[in-house]
Amino acid sequence: MEIFNHNSNIHFLRIRMFSIAVAVALVVASLALLATKGLNYGLDFTGGVSLVVDYAQPVQTSDVRDALEKGGLENTVVQSVGGSREVSIRMQPTKDMLDAKGQVNLDKVAGTVMQALKAPRPDATLKSRSSVSAEVGAELKSDGMVAAVFVILGIMAYLWIRFERRFAIAAVLTEIHDTLVTLGVLALVQREFDMTVLASVLAVIGYSINDKVVVFDRIRELFRLARKAEPEEILNRSINSTLSRTIITSLFTGITMAALFFYGGPAVHNFAITMLIGIVVGTLSSIFVASPILLWLGVSKKDLMPVTKENPELARRP
Amino acid sequence: MSDFPRWKYALVALVMLFGVIYALPNAYVPLSAVQVTANKGAAPIDDALRQKVADALAKDHIATGEVLVQGDHLLATFANADVQKSGADAIKTLLGDGYTVAFKLQSTVPRWLTMIGANSMPLGLDLQGGVHFLMQVDQSGVVDKLENSYADDIRNQLRQKDIRYESVARSAVAGQGIVVVLRSAADRSSAADLIAGNSPDLAVTDGPSTGDRYVLYAAIKPTKLRDLSLGTIKQNLGTLRNRINNLGVSEPLIQQQGEQHIVVELAGVQDPTEAKKMIGATATLEYRPGIGYPGDPRAIEAAQTGSIPPDANLYYTSNGHVPVLVGKRPIVTGDELINASSGIDPNNGTPSVNVTLNASGAKKMQEFTNANVGKPMAVVLINTVYETSTVNGKEVRTPKTTYAVINDATIQSPFGKEFSTNGLGSPKEASDLALLLKSGALAAPMDIVEENVIGPSLGQENIKKGFDAVMLGLLLVLVCAAVYYKLFGLVADIALFFNLLVLVAVMSMIGVTLTMPGIAGIVLTLGMAIDANVLICERVREELRNGSTPHAAIHAGYDKAWATILDANVTHLIAALALMTMGTGAIRGFGVTLFIGILTSMFTSVVMTHAFTALIHGRRKLKTLSV
Repeated sequence: MEIFNHNSNIHFLRIRMFSIAVAVALVVASLALLATKGLNYGLDFTGGVSLVVDYAQPVQTSDVRDALEKGGLENTVVQSVGGSREVSIRMQPTKDMLDAKGQVNLDKVAGTVMQALKAPRPDATLKSRSSVSAEVGAELKSDGMVAAVFVILGIMAYLWIRFERRFAIAAVLTEIHDTLVTLGVLALVQREFDMTVLASVLAVIGYSINDKVVVFDRIRELFRLARKAEPEEILNRSINSTLSRTIITSLFTGITMAALFFYGGPAVHNFAITMLIGIVVGTLSSIFVASPILLWLGVSKKDLMPVTKENPELARRP
Repeated sequence: MSDFPRWKYALVALVMLFGVIYALPNAYVPLSAVQVTANKGAAPIDDALRQKVADALAKDHIATGEVLVQGDHLLATFANADVQKSGADAIKTLLGDGYTVAFKLQSTVPRWLTMIGANSMPLGLDLQGGVHFLMQVDQSGVVDKLENSYADDIRNQLRQKDIRYESVARSAVAGQGIVVVLRSAADRSSAADLIAGNSPDLAVTDGPSTGDRYVLYAAIKPTKLRDLSLGTIKQNLGTLRNRINNLGVSEPLIQQQGEQHIVVELAGVQDPTEAKKMIGATATLEYRPGIGYPGDPRAIEAAQTGSIPPDANLYYTSNGHVPVLVGKRPIVTGDELINASSGIDPNNGTPSVNVTLNASGAKKMQEFTNANVGKPMAVVLINTVYETSTVNGKEVRTPKTTYAVINDATIQSPFGKEFSTNGLGSPKEASDLALLLKSGALAAPMDIVEENVIGPSLGQENIKKGFDAVMLGLLLVLVCAAVYYKLFGLVADIALFFNLLVLVAVMSMIGVTLTMPGIAGIVLTLGMAIDANVLICERVREELRNGSTPHAAIHAGYDKAWATILDANVTHLIAALALMTMGTGAIRGFGVTLFIGILTSMFTSVVMTHAFTALIHGRRKLKTLSV
């Protein structure tokens, strides 16, 4: 079975001005979104307050959530802890919960929350309360940045050695595009950005570099094989001959992430969504963005010939 | 004839066997169980107790699997988590406070598997529940200690400069620091200059002056206090990590929360008692001069009459509860201890703890023992346990410090840096003590203010969901690959299935803790592992289109795709490596899974499929390929 015509020769590079313009526009829009709306950081990053509440009679977490919303407390994470009578509630402190100095006051937290919970269910008793410091989250954020930079530089170094300087630069520029656009979409839809999403974003970097490397590999091969190498022609043929693989692999990975999204439960929801966004962005950029940048950087046949020992004797022979 | 060497077939067969055997333990679902251990002072666990528990459970109509004595604890197994809970409640009511009742997951992996090191993957807190502690760090002791040492310094400085003072003492009012009382205004200003000059961390302010009493306050600056509190937490975190590593928990989460709390999450631990003992106890050793021996007439008299000599404390020995008098001034304290290890004393065969002291401790010990050969020296173990009681509806936590003389021996000969303490009750007691001593002193005492045993019900739900997601993802990819690449797709399917097995086998063997992010990593690996086969199949198709013979197409397909697969996977490995090096538990679990998955998939997707392809197509003349 084949979905794609193997003789396809779509001229992707003819629209390179357009595709690059779109890519730049997306990056700018993403940066703007990140600057204005920002990411909806989860408790892992922002810190917050958490309470454990005990009920005399079994309780549904959805009922607890409803009670909190009626009391004006939204965006709470309610989980049952070891049984049906105990729930843990996590949220960002509201203004009512801060003391004069802007610090979280746990007594006020307890007061506000218990008032909301006791309205429908007087059998609720507070078992424990605590606040998560923002410092831990700040550390996680900087760790994440370091990891992202490490990945991008590591990949750049590898491609520089295995391929050539221009390939490394093109891959890293596309990589940055993919990461920023993925983050931009997350900022746009305001999905919660928690620890698993950070892991997912880093995995997106790994996934999308895979795609680029496959195309680059073909470019290198075709350059070496071709007698008369017109870069635009070579690049275009490379995209076309790897097109089937690019899309099939994206579909396969996409299928598994969809399975994770629908069956994996709430703990991995955000992870799967982020990965799906990243797969779409990464696939499109492999086709439309990476090669135009490479062309623009001026890749040529002689840059890619296997390095052989210069032998002047050999060159002089007829 | 196939171009595939024999040794590669053998390797593939071996890897497949390895995958099946070492992934197998994960198919054995652990049993919900309840573990009972006897606390100090309670009657030991024996068959009578076992019978009592079994009878009580039967009386309450709680279905049990087995109730049996295992070493020093009792184990009761149940069919599921709900029965386990009611079983634990029933046992708790029956046995009372003398025993610790804890949930446990009892492995059902057969012996022949565990014998060859095949074990199931430990499950994370989110998958099986576990223990969650919140510890409060009590910083007041640290400030006390520091203020005392500053007070000593100030006294020395004043004496050296011949500034006459009436008293130097810590203020009874918190926050005022050290109160220095001087005789004249001139003395006060020179003392202020002296202190401010020598101790930049002290803020010096003038207090009220009455008659010939000129008061000067020297308080530790807030910035210094803040540094101190951060340092204290850091040291406690480090010490906790050491102690917990000694417990053998694979991926513990130890994190600062707020300014005076530390969170400890022990995934896979269903028995919080041992962990609590290690985490919660503050054990300090003090070596003190002994006054007489345990049970000698003076000690017994002191115990009976209550008249204790002013230079002595009356303590009791830990085994036998015999009164003994010991000197009040410690020779060496636990802070000066560098290492402690347990063993059997070669001379008298009793369990012992071998102790190494630091330079200052060694010097003091040497001085003391030089002058006191033949006299007794007592080792006092100071344990602090916090007890919660309810007073007027409020929870009040009171520290309860117990002193016990664990050893009182005659100094045989002078010693300094290294020596051993013997005469401990049992090898276990010796190793427990050595562990506590070795894992370092906590900078500040800590106690558990919140303790949660995260029940397995939430975990079971997550396991089910994770399992469903993995199976569904696998199934979809298997079907799509078979439809799209026909026979080659089926071969890739076999490889993908074995990739899952080998991945799980490797994770089980290394003992990677499985978490939800880890499961996400497995699913992602499945989706991406097929990429290598897509590359190979597309290449083979291309070669066929270009007019190659089937055998040549297979050969060229694998050959040309390999370079691409290698490059793509190495870049992917770099990303996985970055995830692994991130400290945070959840992300690390994901990164580890991804890293192992990439490595295993390189083998299964390339070498294994090549073996199968060669086996299928190798000896036949082919006109077409099913790809």
